[in-house]
Amino acid sequence: MQDDSKRFVERDRNWHPPAYAPGYKTSVARSPRQALVSMQHATASELTGPDFRGLRMGPHDNDLLLNFRQDPSQGQGLPVGERIIMFGRVVDQFGKPVPHTLVEMWQANAGGRYRHRNDNYLAPLDPNFGGVGRCLTDEAGWYRFRTIKPGPYPWPNDVNSWRPSHIHVSVMGPAISTRLITQMYFEGDPLIPLCPIVNTLKDPEAVETMIGRLDMARSRPMDCLAYRFDLVVRGELQTYFENQ
Amino acid sequence: MKQPNSQPASELMLRETASQTAGPYVHIGLALAAAGIPTRDEEIWNEMARPEAEGEHIEIVGTVIDGNGDLVRDAFLEAWQADSKGVYQREYDLAKPFNSFGRTATTFEHGSEWTLRTVKPGRVRVDGIDEEHGAIDDKENDLASARSALLMAPHINLTLFARGINIHLQTRLYFEDEPEANAECPVLSRIESPARRQTLIARREEADGKVRYRFDIRLQGEGETVFFDI
Repeated sequence: MQDDSKRFVERDRNWHPPAYAPGYKTSVARSPRQALVSMQHATASELTGPDFRGLRMGPHDNDLLLNFRQDPSQGQGLPVGERIIMFGRVVDQFGKPVPHTLVEMWQANAGGRYRHRNDNYLAPLDPNFGGVGRCLTDEAGWYRFRTIKPGPYPWPNDVNSWRPSHIHVSVMGPAISTRLITQMYFEGDPLIPLCPIVNTLKDPEAVETMIGRLDMARSRPMDCLAYRFDLVVRGELQTYFENQ
Repeated sequence: MKQPNSQPASELMLRETASQTAGPYVHIGLALAAAGIPTRDEEIWNEMARPEAEGEHIEIVGTVIDGNGDLVRDAFLEAWQADSKGVYQREYDLAKPFNSFGRTATTFEHGSEWTLRTVKPGRVRVDGIDEEHGAIDDKENDLASARSALLMAPHINLTLFARGINIHLQTRLYFEDEPEANAECPVLSRIESPARRQTLIARREEADGKVRYRFDIRLQGEGETVFFDI
């Protein structure tokens, strides 16, 4: 297993949000004060990662309209909310598709309530909605989920902070060094520029990378809308010359 | 319909999708049992080695502590390690005796510890070449830099996500009872400060006749754990 012949483009840590972002209050006590120790030469540990093709997934793992297991005696209804397909392509920074990689997502329901033991927001739980999905990208790097659009919700950052509608998205990529967790926001949402978590990013173009775009071509008439969200992971480079 | 990611910043490259915090409810997506919701048939979780896996079976336990000295109760961690022979087992399959990848989380109960059940990893060469798979011909061997043949000390690569953490933190766990290997590990040696190097050494404990290693992660301040840019 020889991985010394490749490396990944270094992360731009001025593009990503900094650890210490005082507008997002929890980051104040949870951010390191010391500098990161950088590895100029990644080792086999950083250049390898898991392959989840052997993970046996259920038939509706990527369909949040159907995958919440609940008491069958209560009937099998559908979740309330705006039906959407969320889909996109995972590529690296050189535009190369990343096939067979694990994409996972989680979200609140249409009212903005999470099905998590610690969420006590006023909006009720939806008995037909869980809020979790996962899938592998196909041979061409595409992933797709079916879900409902999550609602915005309030949280105790400032006196009156509200998260924009968002879906949490996690991608592995080819190695542990390409691993990324982000959030997808929805095109046109007026809460986006007001959000302290969105505003941890200094570059407005970085915010643009997190916005899902309405895609009428992939919407289904009389059924659901579609939002496209491509994921870009660190670019993979082949090193052709020896370190002499 | 504008696709900003498909418009490269330069002629050569797209920009990486920006990171965002995993948030307080990360468990519902990645650690379902911890969130209190029904699990699917197969979940990626913290038993990386089944009883029949080869090697020394160990438990790893730790807490995550913030800059105020308080326990972080909503941390989510991922582990990536070689098997007992020093080989990364990439294909994830719960039917296998050992998987190189695992996930864990701090519990919401008192004490808020995370645990991993695994085997002690073997040493890995910087270039990952091992006896089984390394069919290097002599010509290549002449050209390979001395550094790539170096053996790293046994370690577990850890990635940490949580509310308040905007981009995941990456660290390594090394073992207290491997002093010679640790002394010659090229990655540990990258850390200039000997005191800071100590923050990556897990302490060996024995509990109920089982071997356990404790690794507390301090996010900020005194004894702050070393985090890497990999």
